[in-house]
Amino acid sequence: MNWKTILTIAKKDIKEASQNKAVWLPILIVPAIFVLIIPAALIVGFSSAGTALESPLRDPDFAMFLNRMPPFMIELIRGLNEVQSGIVLVLGYLFAPFFLIMPLMFSTVIAAESFAGERERKTIEALLYTPATDAELFIGKVLAGFIPAVLVTLVSFAGYTIVVNATAYPVMQRLWFPLPSWYPLVLWVSPAISLLGIAFTVLISAKTQTFMGAYQTSGSLVLVVLALLAGQATGVVYLSVLVGLLIGLAIAVVDVILFSFAVRAFNREQLLTATS
Amino acid sequence: MQHAIVIEHLSHRFNSRYALKDLSYEVRQGEIFALLGPNGAGKTTTIRLVNGLYTPTSGRINVLGMDSVRQGSQIRQQTGVLTETSALYERLSARENLLFFGRLYGVPESLLLKRTDEILQFFGLKNRESERAGAYSKGMKQRLALARAFLTHPRILFLDEPTSSLDPESTQQVHELIESLCRQEENTVFLCTHRLEEAERLAERLADRVAILNSGRLLALGSLPELTQQFNHGLWVEVDLLQPLQNDPSSLRVRGVIDVQVSERKIRAQVAEEEIIPSLVATLVAQKAQIVSVQPQKVTLEEIYFKLQSQAQEGAV
Repeated sequence: MNWKTILTIAKKDIKEASQNKAVWLPILIVPAIFVLIIPAALIVGFSSAGTALESPLRDPDFAMFLNRMPPFMIELIRGLNEVQSGIVLVLGYLFAPFFLIMPLMFSTVIAAESFAGERERKTIEALLYTPATDAELFIGKVLAGFIPAVLVTLVSFAGYTIVVNATAYPVMQRLWFPLPSWYPLVLWVSPAISLLGIAFTVLISAKTQTFMGAYQTSGSLVLVVLALLAGQATGVVYLSVLVGLLIGLAIAVVDVILFSFAVRAFNREQLLTATS
Repeated sequence: MQHAIVIEHLSHRFNSRYALKDLSYEVRQGEIFALLGPNGAGKTTTIRLVNGLYTPTSGRINVLGMDSVRQGSQIRQQTGVLTETSALYERLSARENLLFFGRLYGVPESLLLKRTDEILQFFGLKNRESERAGAYSKGMKQRLALARAFLTHPRILFLDEPTSSLDPESTQQVHELIESLCRQEENTVFLCTHRLEEAERLAERLADRVAILNSGRLLALGSLPELTQQFNHGLWVEVDLLQPLQNDPSSLRVRGVIDVQVSERKIRAQVAEEEIIPSLVATLVAQKAQIVSVQPQKVTLEEIYFKLQSQAQEGAV
């Protein structure tokens, strides 16, 4: 296995993807929405609502949600007033699954560009005539989706930490974010879900001829994140450190299964036969 | 004689359809080998098999002493392929395209930079090296693709339909570049084309041997003179006269003249070999025929090709 070859392929794919508007536009817009606009707007909303916020927090449904909270979450908001509790619960807890949309989306869009896009533009043939082995080509292309997805997620997480702490400081009077459950989410679940997006896209790309086709079909994976979001909001799943680690582990197992199929789908003969 | 490529009983099937059927031939080291055939004849499939991109359904391919199935990567290290479509990364510049491929071949960085400069210069692309390849004309893209195939100075250069989508001017440029590459290097060149005029031009000037393929079967293989001899029973000569011939045409049937056709001021005679032509002319002069021109009509590759293709269709071959 020649890592120089692998990194050359990954770098080329990242460079190419960065020059495709359909790829970099969501990479700019999505973090801007989730890291800057929504959190800042929510915190400003909470802060300026003041005592008016007390009524929604006393809504019967929300009250039930608060009553069913496990001890670690009760601990999170112990001693906080209702505005502070609202900020912690919404931005420190309910918001967390949105952070999984980013790695999933970025890895999917770059992988679609890297696998299906290369076949769509028929550049794959010249690449297949190089001495790079199937494994080197495959890993290079996986890394091309994985590295930017994880990096952008980490940068977004850092940005989110700054924005949330800064805008909530007048209310919280301390640096309260990140909460412990975010570490497994960002460092373990997020890379695992990036790989899930890539493996799924590789499999879709074997059947789909176009970048857009592969990207749109793989986009359906967002349902996984939405399910987690719904689970959290309804109190079915509580994203603690342990739950984060377990969800990451479950996704990693699915990754291994999907990659074992994806590796088989990625061989020169199949790629060329499907292209011609 | 050392062989660059040895193909033994090669067959390749896509589902139930045979793309190649029981091919056996060798390509000699240093020769320019032209594979001629219509679309779908199996030319591109041959290149892919030889480079280890496909695994043959049956048979064996040996390339520079290596087995195409087990040593595909090592084989590709020694070959360069100009694909049918230029297959360039259009969002990258010409220079970035070449550097990327050079790195995949493991060319040391300092050597790669030097060679990239040289090759961009040679292919007339140096002054536009920083432009995106997507902004290039078709002809320039093909030159860049040829530059990419030649970047590592491969021991075997495969040219798959090198001018199929080009205008006459770009075709001329690409032909000149191929000719100049072939003269410079003593490497093996494997040219695939369905364009008869291209094959004829390159075969006449450069190619050592021509193979004609149809529906995955080899119809003929040999040098152009060998094929001409094989498929031409006698040479035709056209003689233009100032006045119609007075004598009986049968009087021209001197030794070695197989057939004579006379129409007004033109005579078409089939002779056994080129050496008979002076005797024929001498006979005409003796008969006081006023000769304007004598033109031997060589059998073209086109004639051979169509003859073989029609024979193949009739199932005569």
